[in-house]
Amino acid sequence: MTPIKQYPPKPARVYFFGTCLIDLFYPEAGLDGIRLLEREGIDVRFPDDQTCCGQPAYTSGYHDEARAVAEAQLDLFREPWPIVVPSGSCGGMIRTHYPQLFSGTPREAQAKEVASRVFELTEFLVHVCHIKLIDKGRPEKVAMHTSCSARREMGLPDTGPALLSQLQSVELVEQERTAECCGFGGTFAVRHPEVSGAMVNDKVQAIESSGAEHFVTSDCGCLMNIAGCCRHREASLDGEHIASYLWRRTA
Amino acid sequence: MSVQTYTPREFHRQAHDALGNPQIRANFRKAMDGLMSKRRDVFSDWDLDALRELGANIRQRALARLPELLEQLEANCQANGIRVHWAQDGDEACRIIRELCEARDAKSVIKGKSMVSEEMHLNTHLEGAGIEALESDLGEYLVQLNEQTPSHIIMPAIHLNTDEISEIMHDKTGTERTRDVDYMTAAARAQLRERFMAADVGISGVNFAVAETGTLCLVENEGNGRMTTTVPPVHIAVTGIEKVVEHLRDVPPLYALLTRSATGQHVTTYFNMISGPRKPDEHDGPEEVHLVLVDNGRSSIYQDDELLDTLRCIRCGACMNHCPVYTRVGGHTYGTTYPGPIGKILMPHMMGLAETRDLPSASSLCGACGEVCPVKIPIPDLLVRLRKESVGEGRGNVPGAGVKRHRSEVLAWKGFQWLATHPGVWRSAMAIAGKLRGWMPTRLGGWTDYRSTPKPAKTSLHALVKRHRREEGSS
Repeated sequence: MTPIKQYPPKPARVYFFGTCLIDLFYPEAGLDGIRLLEREGIDVRFPDDQTCCGQPAYTSGYHDEARAVAEAQLDLFREPWPIVVPSGSCGGMIRTHYPQLFSGTPREAQAKEVASRVFELTEFLVHVCHIKLIDKGRPEKVAMHTSCSARREMGLPDTGPALLSQLQSVELVEQERTAECCGFGGTFAVRHPEVSGAMVNDKVQAIESSGAEHFVTSDCGCLMNIAGCCRHREASLDGEHIASYLWRRTA
Repeated sequence: MSVQTYTPREFHRQAHDALGNPQIRANFRKAMDGLMSKRRDVFSDWDLDALRELGANIRQRALARLPELLEQLEANCQANGIRVHWAQDGDEACRIIRELCEARDAKSVIKGKSMVSEEMHLNTHLEGAGIEALESDLGEYLVQLNEQTPSHIIMPAIHLNTDEISEIMHDKTGTERTRDVDYMTAAARAQLRERFMAADVGISGVNFAVAETGTLCLVENEGNGRMTTTVPPVHIAVTGIEKVVEHLRDVPPLYALLTRSATGQHVTTYFNMISGPRKPDEHDGPEEVHLVLVDNGRSSIYQDDELLDTLRCIRCGACMNHCPVYTRVGGHTYGTTYPGPIGKILMPHMMGLAETRDLPSASSLCGACGEVCPVKIPIPDLLVRLRKESVGEGRGNVPGAGVKRHRSEVLAWKGFQWLATHPGVWRSAMAIAGKLRGWMPTRLGGWTDYRSTPKPAKTSLHALVKRHRREEGSS
């Protein structure tokens, strides 16, 4: 689907775009992502003026508002360094939709240039850093939920599992219908709560039946949805962002 | 089983009912799982992406020359003895078909499967004129017996299981109650066979209309399509104007994609190429063949360079088979002729965004539909485009554009925009949210019906990074 990407050699410096969900709800996941990159010897720059990629407005059809928000982010990445995003959803927004959003505007070239430097975190760790992980954790069965944006929009179904498979004591268990959406979909969860609720309940059930003691995901939207449903059902299952999981087990 | 009518206006209520119906849930889940796995298996030896690219290009090439190809199709059909009729909308198409029936004093019509005829409510129209129209596709036949509409474009009765079908056939045709599928199929076959022989007119759809040869291709599995188009003295084919392809050689790749994407079949049992009425030296075939080309909103879609991709569709149904929403709510919930992802991007053009207001938003944009579409229609992008039209920020060329633009929602997004473009305020807002985390409401719309309330973290990432840098500096 996605054309074969030529990955650059490991750079000295990267930008980190933390995303609004991480900023507000899961900041530790963001910091763990930064720590993983720093351990690879990379100087990580976090532009302090970053806010949100604009995706919630974009998928709701409010493109003027989304464009204004996106425009404010574009100027934060002036140096030609890669931009690492710990989310397939926000990464996909910048890589795929920024060029569409700014098509025919004076910012078109800039949007395309920024888009070309965007990497999802697990993609960057695998394909650019060629990271080698040494597992220090206890034996555990874990399930991975790759977000639909990482899987389909960014074409990255394998990078998350590839990282987990490096963890010696971790058994990555296969869940039923692993590629099926968890039902988050941003405002979809609010506009169609019943359908979304049916989807996330099925997802929790699939993960539970896989025998996983824990689940990880590379997107905090999915995490908020699946973990929130687990808590609502008072299930023992809990999840975290893959960056936190990797850092916790290897630090 | 009671007769129920569905409308896109009631999507939420219909979804609620379907989600609460374990039988519907189980029937769709089982059927869609089966279809997905069949498709996966049948494409396993193919360079699927290359084939999809070819399919998309063939359809795109045909659309790029649509006006002239339609004229070429008309000329070549006429040269073959097929009479061609043009209909601006469904009503006009119904009228044309009714008049063709009346000209032959027809009282009984047998139909092959045609979604376009569903789109224009042809059966109801013909019944109003005293002409009985009987569906001959087994699924369509069952749905018609049960006074329902199709719940899937390829498998119209997919919402029914064996027991329900047995009950319907018993009630309506007097067959034994049974779980013996062969018995029921044989019974339906016998019932239909008589009707084929007695029908005055056969009406079918078209899968591909070949411009260079004036050939109508019809893909089917039951032989009912061949019977419909050869046994009655008159055959009327009805199709949307977008079904035209340029060359005969365009058909094999599209056919390969269609059967595999739809039902996971390498080939269908029947593939009909209709190129005219019976010739004087021939023994069988209809005396008259007509082609009714229906626009019904398609040329308006055609005017827009983004929405145009909608018209590439070859009606395989793979998008619904792979859709997590369709799988859970079933086809009737949408309340539209075409359900699922393709319905969500097609029906707003036919019914307007006011009537279909809840359809474009009824997607998590997971992309499963776009991933399997054999002609690479960017369905998620088109859903976003229709959302944009709904809230009045698009080109304004879809009927009902702007219908969902409400002051409160516009204000909310303007507020979001302001916050996200004022980084200092944003950072303060994050800090305040962290302080107020204990005050989060326990109920948040529909979110908390299924999930716990998310709590803002005590410290935002912005603040954590600052602390991290300080710690680095001091170490």
